[in-house]
Amino acid sequence: MSPPLLEARGISKAFRGAQALSGVDLTLREGEIHALMGENGAGKSTLIKVLTGVHPPDAGTIQWEGRPIQPRTPHEAEGHGISTVYQEVNLVPNLSIADNLLLGRQPTRLGLIRGGEVRRRASASLTRLGLDLDVRAPLGSCSLAVQQMVAIARALDIQARLLILDEPTSSLDEREVATLFSLLGRLKEKGLAILFVTHFLDQVYALADRITVLRNGARVGDYPVAELPRLRLIEAMLGREFHPVSPATDAPRSDSPTPPEAFTPLLEARGLGRSGGMNPVDLSIHPGEILGLSGLLGSGRTETARMLFGVDRPDQGSLRINGAEQEIRSPREGLRLGLAYCAEDRKAEGIIPNLSVRENLILAVQAGRGPLRLMGRAEQETLADHYIRALNIRTASRETPIRNLSGGNQQKVLLARWLALQPKLILLDEPTRGIDVGAKAEIERLVASLRGAGTAVLFISSDLEEMVRNCQRVAVLKDRRKIGELAGADITPSGIMRLIAHHEG
Amino acid sequence: MASLKEGRRVKLRHSRSLPLLATTGVLAILYTSASLLYPGFFTVRVFLNLLGDNAFLGITAIGMTFVILSGGIDLSVGAVVAFTGTLIASLLTRGTPPGWAMLLALAIGSTFGGAMGFLIHRYELPPFLVTLGGMFFARGMSFVVSKESVGITHPLYQQASDFGLPVAGGASLPLTGILFLGVVALGVTVAHGTRFGRNLYALGGNEASARLMGLPVGGVKIAAYALNGFCSALAGIVATLYMGSGNPAMGFGLELDAIASVVIGGTLLTGGAGSPAGTLVGVLIFGTLQTALVFDGRLNSWWLRIAVGLLLLLFILLQRVLSRPAGARHP
Repeated sequence: MSPPLLEARGISKAFRGAQALSGVDLTLREGEIHALMGENGAGKSTLIKVLTGVHPPDAGTIQWEGRPIQPRTPHEAEGHGISTVYQEVNLVPNLSIADNLLLGRQPTRLGLIRGGEVRRRASASLTRLGLDLDVRAPLGSCSLAVQQMVAIARALDIQARLLILDEPTSSLDEREVATLFSLLGRLKEKGLAILFVTHFLDQVYALADRITVLRNGARVGDYPVAELPRLRLIEAMLGREFHPVSPATDAPRSDSPTPPEAFTPLLEARGLGRSGGMNPVDLSIHPGEILGLSGLLGSGRTETARMLFGVDRPDQGSLRINGAEQEIRSPREGLRLGLAYCAEDRKAEGIIPNLSVRENLILAVQAGRGPLRLMGRAEQETLADHYIRALNIRTASRETPIRNLSGGNQQKVLLARWLALQPKLILLDEPTRGIDVGAKAEIERLVASLRGAGTAVLFISSDLEEMVRNCQRVAVLKDRRKIGELAGADITPSGIMRLIAHHEG
Repeated sequence: MASLKEGRRVKLRHSRSLPLLATTGVLAILYTSASLLYPGFFTVRVFLNLLGDNAFLGITAIGMTFVILSGGIDLSVGAVVAFTGTLIASLLTRGTPPGWAMLLALAIGSTFGGAMGFLIHRYELPPFLVTLGGMFFARGMSFVVSKESVGITHPLYQQASDFGLPVAGGASLPLTGILFLGVVALGVTVAHGTRFGRNLYALGGNEASARLMGLPVGGVKIAAYALNGFCSALAGIVATLYMGSGNPAMGFGLELDAIASVVIGGTLLTGGAGSPAGTLVGVLIFGTLQTALVFDGRLNSWWLRIAVGLLLLLFILLQRVLSRPAGARHP
């Protein structure tokens, strides 16, 4: 076995007290395609950024061909031969393909760039990858796949020995993925080490030689692909033992009255899809029902919710609300039809940190009324007090800035914001992520009480146990497709995992 | 390689050169109409004077082009022109040789620009505020140097401002015009033909990407402001040559004229697209309007502002329309 090209030992990194990586090891060899797997927050991006000098590690060592290195900038990492292609193509669209390929290392004579030589070299390095492009075209005029290829060509142009690809396929279609994979295969034969982050299981099994799995900032293990069946990989990522027969943990739920099909569903989607986003999906939700959306990260859960609420407009299929055909073209229209969407990223899409709990809470209600019918102060206070009590929001007062609240309580304020609209259907995207156990339980109780009040809920969570506890039906997604639905007693963690693992994309 | 025959040829889009074409078209229309309306307008002499008269606006505008291409802005240029101009004039009255006074002015201008660039880069401060501070500082300092206009009587200076490069029909290009064209030529070469120039476009296009591509982002940014400071000081020198004096009150609002010329010249205010060549055209449009008003003699000089204002709005609208399809591809 060849000596490792890169060996990282005990890498730790914390951001403002939050431990992103704790004691992670990673070993990469020449001529090996290594997949780095893990759910959101597992620490994949942080690990890559430590290797490429974007973030200095708090602890741990990196050995490059047996010698310790400490890259402090991406430029230094490139100097060692570590090249990275990030998820969003990190090139400049306003410059030509040739400029992008050779930026910072153009051949010059007396300080002046030799334009002809630049174009010749750019063409040559693209030809080596089997690409035939007009190198004078502005990069922004090319498709994302071509931009991705140009980024890889640039990364290889520095005599890279380790190529790191952070979710290279997330914006590519199948044909483009195939082109990329055959390219990676040939690079591997040339002895390059490739570290590859993806959420698509099929791609890992098609391409990788080894898999390192991270969970919650720690390494779960490092396995040869052949020794890690899909089910075991999913277990490793989700952190749950898989027991084929284990009545104790897989006990079916007792209360699962599936609503009779005779009822008109509150929401019914038929073949609703969006090219480049989500493949056509069928879904129905009845009043008083909690429908779960399950699947690994990147399987299309958030995409589906955003499509239903009109954040991303679907371009195929139909949607009925209470039996009437509707087209939701914007969140505003979604709200008008009685939908509410509590987004996944509460920092970016939810709270306004410097406004008070009251101000954050009344936002959606006020927005629904428009600027001309302002809520009186007394009305605002009544509403805020009502929800602070009802949801047990722990805050010093209703005028405390929301940034001073804990994550769980911020989440409750956000929930209250949407509940104050009294929606008929509320879409909850990861409502319990990153909050403590107590707050989690309270949010689950709240979701259950909504159900009692006849509100329909679309519930998205990565926590399988949580899905089992809360949902009457679970739609399982994989690779942006719905691959099955479980109802009542069939909803078990292993049932969901089995569906994901054995479904051939 | 056979399996990878999917490479596709991308059509060259001309949208990038469209703003420059549009600007040149506007200049041609303005120049033609002025020539038809006012007898004596369409002469070599008028054109050469146009270059000479607008040299210090032009030189600051070229410097400003670099800062704007990098994604920044510099409000201090007018004040720096006043400061360096006044400094040179008062040094000359104290007997300093003109060459030394000019070198000192250029050094101060570059250092001042570089220092603002350093603050903007190192402490991630907004360029608008840093250079606003720089503007007040430099303007105040020029009044510290002298409270009023300082006349220049140095014989070498007289010779220099009388100098002209004979062109055709007895007309000649004044020294200020020569300097302006020289700066334009240098600017075009630096922007399109050097690594620094390409890095500047990359920085203005997407700073985060430029950093991840391993480009020396900080150095490029600071150098852009230093270069602009150098251009401002050079414009200060040209202003003393042109007016035969240094005045602490000159160049009020010059920075805004420079920004307008840059934008009318097709450079995107958000950075990353444009060219010093476009800025030359932008300055010429400015100058043509001004000269035409002088030829007309009936219109108030504020009509220049009104025309410039309308042109500016027209061009930012044009840029928005042109850049929209490109933006739509990156949701």
